[in-house]
Amino acid sequence: MKNRSLVSINDLSREEIFRILDMAEEFEKNPSQRILEGKIVATLFFEPSTRTRLSFESAVNRLGGRVIGFSEASSSSVAKGESLKDTILTVANYSDLIVMRHPVEGSARYASEVSPVPIINAGDGANQHPTQTMLDLYSIRKTQGTLNNLKIVMVGDLKYGRTVHSLLMAMSQFNASFVFIAPKELQMPQEYKLFLKEMGLKYEEHTDLAENIKDADIVYMTRVQKERFSDPMDYEKVKNAYILRSCMLEGTKANMRVLHPLPRVNEINVDVDDNAKAYYFTQALNGVYARMAIMASILGLK
Amino acid sequence: MNDKKHLSVSAIQNGTVIDHIPAQNLFKVISILGLDKIPNLITFGTNLESGHLGKKAIVKIADKYFERDEINRIAIVAPHAKLNIIKDYVVVEKMLVEVPDDIVGIVKCVNPKCITNFENVTPKFHVADKKNVSLKCHYCEKITDQEHMEYR
Ligand SMILES: Nc1ncnc2c1ncn2[C@@H]1O[C@H](COP(=O)(O)OP(=O)(O)OP(=O)(O)O)[C@@H](O)[C@H]1O
Ligand SMILES: [Mg+2]
Ligand SMILES: [Zn+2]
Repeated sequence: MKNRSLVSINDLSREEIFRILDMAEEFEKNPSQRILEGKIVATLFFEPSTRTRLSFESAVNRLGGRVIGFSEASSSSVAKGESLKDTILTVANYSDLIVMRHPVEGSARYASEVSPVPIINAGDGANQHPTQTMLDLYSIRKTQGTLNNLKIVMVGDLKYGRTVHSLLMAMSQFNASFVFIAPKELQMPQEYKLFLKEMGLKYEEHTDLAENIKDADIVYMTRVQKERFSDPMDYEKVKNAYILRSCMLEGTKANMRVLHPLPRVNEINVDVDDNAKAYYFTQALNGVYARMAIMASILGLK
Repeated sequence: MNDKKHLSVSAIQNGTVIDHIPAQNLFKVISILGLDKIPNLITFGTNLESGHLGKKAIVKIADKYFERDEINRIAIVAPHAKLNIIKDYVVVEKMLVEVPDDIVGIVKCVNPKCITNFENVTPKFHVADKKNVSLKCHYCEKITDQEHMEYR
């Protein structure tokens, strides 16, 4: 991965995924290594984000590097109409690595083509968010001891959720089976179901949550957003059907863990937080280790 | 075939005849190949009767031969086009176009949120389906299918 950009999870081979996960494990054991000493990482957030930006910045700081950047486009020259290309070429003069979130889809691929320094895509609109996928894979492997042959239940907005799409693509390399639980307005797009069929992988589709998590290894929750419904009445009808409660976890497998990319609104009831099967806050912490590993491997430091 | 009187578009001594172009895409073929920018003698006919295309068009370019890669660029607008290499008034070779693996320029990405529709970025696609010609955007990774194809 040395000097290569990370734009899409599809750019990583199985071997590269394993290498990064192993490295992340090392960082978890020893998170304060000053290997980024003397390096400058630019974090360009053209769109706001809490977790992603702060976990990148935390990762850089713990590894002894420095961070420059902005957290919203209004505080950069973009507000004056500067093109993405010009912003990237300028910032590349000041940094060794650029972490970028941008609302326009494909912007990260384009940035990686014009930039003399590597780019890490921290989200390009509805398209890709590969470091999220890496931390999800890390969390799954850590809690299950393997990535192979797992049953992944995905819940909520499966139509627009880029995290579930990328996770599906990544887990399809490890003989996963899937259960999709979503209101009919937000079901998994046909193209992904076709892809699974072609890969010979099993999936089921349901609209009921409580009934269908009993034999899950991972329950991956996502937010159902009101804005996604053309008719607000349709939202009112389904909004409570996709809330996970602690009582629903009774009778689920002992190794089962609940993941969520966060932020959550109400789709996981707070009573789940104290259940040993809740894993989403640790998952967010794992984001720091996964990002340390990705940056170290791109900068050729490990 | 040396009976020049019966050609619906005049004969050339040496060059290339591109036949079986769907009539409605004639000008796209001309612009994709940059025929409007070369000094060669070019004649064309359009709305000619054709069995399977309905109305076809034909372009004849004197003293010009195309590379495979160059000619394959028209595959998305004229998948059944046939090239006839003319030497000394005679068809000496025929070539069919092939849908290439990648398409650069030519087509617009269907995704309104794609970088290629925001900044001055040349659209690039990987051909996802050669038979029905659907294109996967190199940038936003969305599919543009035949039905939604718009040309630049
Ligand atoms: N010397 C020439 N100058 C210009 N056009 C020519 C010349 N010779 C042939 N053509 C044109 O090239 C095309 C192919 O010629 P050909 O004689 O192979 O016809 P065909 O049997 O109908 O071929 P096809 O099956 O490809 O349609 C025809 O449209 C013909 O008018
Ligand atoms: Mg003919
Ligand atoms: Zn695109």
